[in-house]
Amino acid sequence: MSNSLEFEKPVIELEAKIGELKTFAEEKGMDLTEELEVLHRKLTKLKEEIYGNLTTWQRVQIARHIERPNALDYIQKVFNDFIMLHGDRLYGDDKAIIGGIASFQGKPVTVLGHLKGKDTKENISRNFGMPHPEGYRKAIRLMEQANKFGRPVICFIDTPGAYCGIGAEERGQAVAIAESLQKMAQLKAPVISIVIGEGGSGGALALGVADHVAMLENSIYSVISPEGAAAILWKDRAKAQEAAEALKITATDLIKFKVIDEIIPEPLGGAHKNPEEMAAILKEALARKLTELLTLKTGELISRRYEKIRGLGNFAPENT
Amino acid sequence: MAGEERLLKNFFNKPKYVTVAPVARQQGQEDTENIWTKCSQCNEIFYNKELEKNLKVCAKCNYHFRLGAWERIAVTADEDSFQEFNGHLIAGNPLDFSGYGEKIKAEQDKTKLNEALVTGAARICGHPCILAVQDAHFFMGSMGTVVGEKLVLAIERAMEARLPLVVFSASGGARMQEGILSLMQMAKTSAALTKLGEAGLLFISVCTDPTTGGVTASYASLGDIIIAEPNALIGFAGPRVIEQTIRQKLPEGFQRSEFLLQHGLLDKVVARVELKATLGKILALHS
Repeated sequence: MSNSLEFEKPVIELEAKIGELKTFAEEKGMDLTEELEVLHRKLTKLKEEIYGNLTTWQRVQIARHIERPNALDYIQKVFNDFIMLHGDRLYGDDKAIIGGIASFQGKPVTVLGHLKGKDTKENISRNFGMPHPEGYRKAIRLMEQANKFGRPVICFIDTPGAYCGIGAEERGQAVAIAESLQKMAQLKAPVISIVIGEGGSGGALALGVADHVAMLENSIYSVISPEGAAAILWKDRAKAQEAAEALKITATDLIKFKVIDEIIPEPLGGAHKNPEEMAAILKEALARKLTELLTLKTGELISRRYEKIRGLGNFAPENT
Repeated sequence: MAGEERLLKNFFNKPKYVTVAPVARQQGQEDTENIWTKCSQCNEIFYNKELEKNLKVCAKCNYHFRLGAWERIAVTADEDSFQEFNGHLIAGNPLDFSGYGEKIKAEQDKTKLNEALVTGAARICGHPCILAVQDAHFFMGSMGTVVGEKLVLAIERAMEARLPLVVFSASGGARMQEGILSLMQMAKTSAALTKLGEAGLLFISVCTDPTTGGVTASYASLGDIIIAEPNALIGFAGPRVIEQTIRQKLPEGFQRSEFLLQHGLLDKVVARVELKATLGKILALHS
């Protein structure tokens, strides 16, 4: 429980107390059923209070939680026979974006995702989920492959953003992202994107041009990180909480803006509290949507996708 | 005395298109009594008139001053050929972002522009085209919903009229105050350009100082031909962000046009004085 978040301390404490009382009752052979029941009811109420009224910043913390299931967790739980494919055939293999082919409901699909590590060591090897251009070029290559074989594409979005570094600029970070945006708009088979953690700016959007965009309940999706916005707005990164509120980055905000199409509910307290249940919910949502999209003909699919993208943005009628 | 009078007269007889013009507050340009300008690179002092005649390029060190959208149009489009469309579009405040409405108003007052992108139909060296010009003086040329929408409307106009599209980019990236909706303009403009490409129409992207962030990671990088003015800052992340990330000084010339050319990310670096003729030649080869 060392990874628990500050705001859930009361829950953790009460859980510990219940645990202690149970052990005590067992050791002493006492019947404390009634007392335990009261505490359990209190716990349920406390959880509902805390997890049912999460602030934007609390969701940011959940979205970035080190134990939060990552793309590979979902790929392993949701798909069968996943075969990971590597490299962009140009420069290297970026570990911050993974991809491959798998079977979903008995049909082949292409799967892509940003991948953060499970600990510091893995995070360093995966550059904390921040891709270089070769990551996006690998994604583009696998999308082209999907197009050739008419496979649907499923993308998991989870990145603080595309990497800002010398090599990334030298190898064309911007053009790699731009070309991914174009490629996704042209895919012939259905493409579904799911924000599972952090949707950080252009580096996230590069896997986010889709027929259907969903967000897990506690994930975030933003044009700039709250810290980055705070630094620009108030020259103070410590004001990230305020910036997070102002930027409107939660799933509830984004569905209002019609930027996303669906909010996938999470287990109480966040996906990491019950990864199995989370994967099952996600799988069900994915199956439902994919079945629906597969009934559309290619032309219809592409033009529907285009109209959806074309409509992104806020236009008061008096302005147009 | 006579010389001074002429100078003053010339100053007041600016061509009509320069409705925006007192762009003297531009970065890299110091305005002394509206008559002189000091080059921020080499400190040489020029008469404004002289500088304008040289398309706002320092005659001594070749520093390319930033141009406002209307100044750019004046030096790019054939005389009287530019016809603006959708100039009335102005930003709403979709996020209810504190102070955004006031900030927009202040930018409009400062630049006499409604938004950071001016679009219209034009002729360049006699070749009709659709021309879109971003202005870095308006909110750092940032891309919000209006910039995205105006560009897509311009792309659609190009498709309707089957005309080539020329876009001059100048932007600090996506506009934070419109949040996720700004980010989505990257997808929107890129998808629209896909259609333009499928229609077999030419898109020339001209990157000017500065072209960074979401604009570089969308339309600015998607030209059939990508040109840049000399020494323009072009990149995905801003240099300061990179320095903070990697905690080291960036090499000299990093993210400048010549650096991008060397790394295979541009087709050509073209000096402002030759830019119009170059565009004309490219358009001619596609007409």
